Amino acid sequence: MSVDVRALLYLVAAAAFIVGLKRLSSPRTARSGNLIGAAGMLLAVVVTLIDNDVSWAVIAGGIAVGAVLGAVLAIRVKMTEMPQLVAAFNGFGGAASALVAAAVFVTTGGDMAGDTILTVILSVLIGALTFTGSFVAFAKLQGIMSGAPITYPGQQIVNGLIGAAAVALAVWVQIAQADLGFWLVAAIALVLGVLLVIPIGGADMPVVIALLNSFSGLAAASTGFVINNSALIISGALVGASGLILTSLMCEAMNRSIWNVLFSAFGSADSSGGAGAAAGDKTARSTTPDDVAIALAYAQQVVVVPGYGLAVAQAQHALRELTKDLERRGVKVAFGIHPVAGRMPGHMNVLLAEADVPYDQLLDLDQANPLLSRTDVVLVVGANDVVNPSARDDASSPIYGMPILDVDLARTVVVIKRSLSPGFAGIDNPLFYRDGTVMLFADAKKAITDLVKAIETV
Amino acid sequence: MLDPVVIGVIVFVLASFVGFEVITKVPPTLHTPLMSGSNAISGITIVGALLATGAGSGTLASVLAFAAVVTATINVVGGFMVTDRMLGMFRRPKPAEEDRA
Repeated sequence: MSVDVRALLYLVAAAAFIVGLKRLSSPRTARSGNLIGAAGMLLAVVVTLIDNDVSWAVIAGGIAVGAVLGAVLAIRVKMTEMPQLVAAFNGFGGAASALVAAAVFVTTGGDMAGDTILTVILSVLIGALTFTGSFVAFAKLQGIMSGAPITYPGQQIVNGLIGAAAVALAVWVQIAQADLGFWLVAAIALVLGVLLVIPIGGADMPVVIALLNSFSGLAAASTGFVINNSALIISGALVGASGLILTSLMCEAMNRSIWNVLFSAFGSADSSGGAGAAAGDKTARSTTPDDVAIALAYAQQVVVVPGYGLAVAQAQHALRELTKDLERRGVKVAFGIHPVAGRMPGHMNVLLAEADVPYDQLLDLDQANPLLSRTDVVLVVGANDVVNPSARDDASSPIYGMPILDVDLARTVVVIKRSLSPGFAGIDNPLFYRDGTVMLFADAKKAITDLVKAIETV
Repeated sequence: MLDPVVIGVIVFVLASFVGFEVITKVPPTLHTPLMSGSNAISGITIVGALLATGAGSGTLASVLAFAAVVTATINVVGGFMVTDRMLGMFRRPKPAEEDRA
């Protein structure tokens, strides 16, 4: 196969990825888009295997092992564990890039053109950092490591110095083509990946996974520079852009800058502001499943606002039963989903899709908010900060400015919650004490199961 | 002839713009499949891994290449499969049946 034909076929593969991503613009076309992307990948692999000097034994063994591991992970993962899986996949992607760069360096003995050696160093740096950073994120999400931020005095200075050391070594490798320098850069990048992710709290992991997703793309692109292949550069740029967009969307949804997320160790001990002080003289009204069932059954429009507590209680399927019952009675049902409702971008949507909720009922912030003022009953399940009106009204609130679902504009708000305790950020929620809000104190799954029973008798 | 690295930079910048255009049109509902799917695409590194197995390299290079093929394949196979599994769950709304069910 001539070099030109090969390059054009790689271009076809890259185009397939773009078409595939384009088809993700609607749930209707998304699945076929994913298949088009997979076909592009197959083409790229076949083109690489034809007429190239490769070791078939190494490839057959590697693909067999990787395919089995990948397939088992993909088939067995629970939807609640999706953030960990994506974190792990990001890590494998980073590792692959670093390993390719290392293999190229070993093969040439560092004897290569100046700009090639630069790309090899970049590739190993980004790849190794993505690898260890992702696996720390994985360990935090999987509960192997505590989700609490790990901090120590001078942390950022230490990280800065280590980063500077990596750059200095990279320059040394660049000039002297030093073997030792290359391996030191790789080792430092591995350590740096760990150090950068440990101070970030569990609640901020959605941002970190999105950012590492972007990094895994950049790692692929840098490998593209090493082997001089435009398919890798294009694909890497696409993934890099995707991860970056998701990172900024997540930051916007939390009203925080990326620097604040990465370097401020949010969720550590200093969450003092406004906590218990406010609750004092205000009272929340408690209610019963029977009363809620009546309100729901005679409503025209019901909006459910789920939070991660719903998934923790494994109550999505019971909730779907409830909404099906309501639909049979002619009640219109929708779900208002805040971007940070799950543990990664779009996570809550996947959990509800798994529970068989049709996707036209899944509304994002911009779609849900205009509907809420025309809603009879809002059912808040396991969500707290994302429905806290202080974020909109109280400039002294720590979450002021964060976009929220305006559930307080609805006629009646039913909050299913175990107790009045504030959310992870320790911020009191005035929604609970407002006229028109009633509290159903119970575990989410039990409360919803009770509601299903109560509705039958209405 | 331009330096290949310069050509690479041109391709990278233009592809980034395409990426921003395409990805901003993905609705929040599909952001999780977008992440796993784009992850699978970043598994394109497999091309580099396959090439690294050749060139009559020594044992160390072969070991590194083998590990690269394994990790990249996990990324590709796992990524596309889990994305397909998730997207299969997004059920098309069927209003008529909903009412009768």
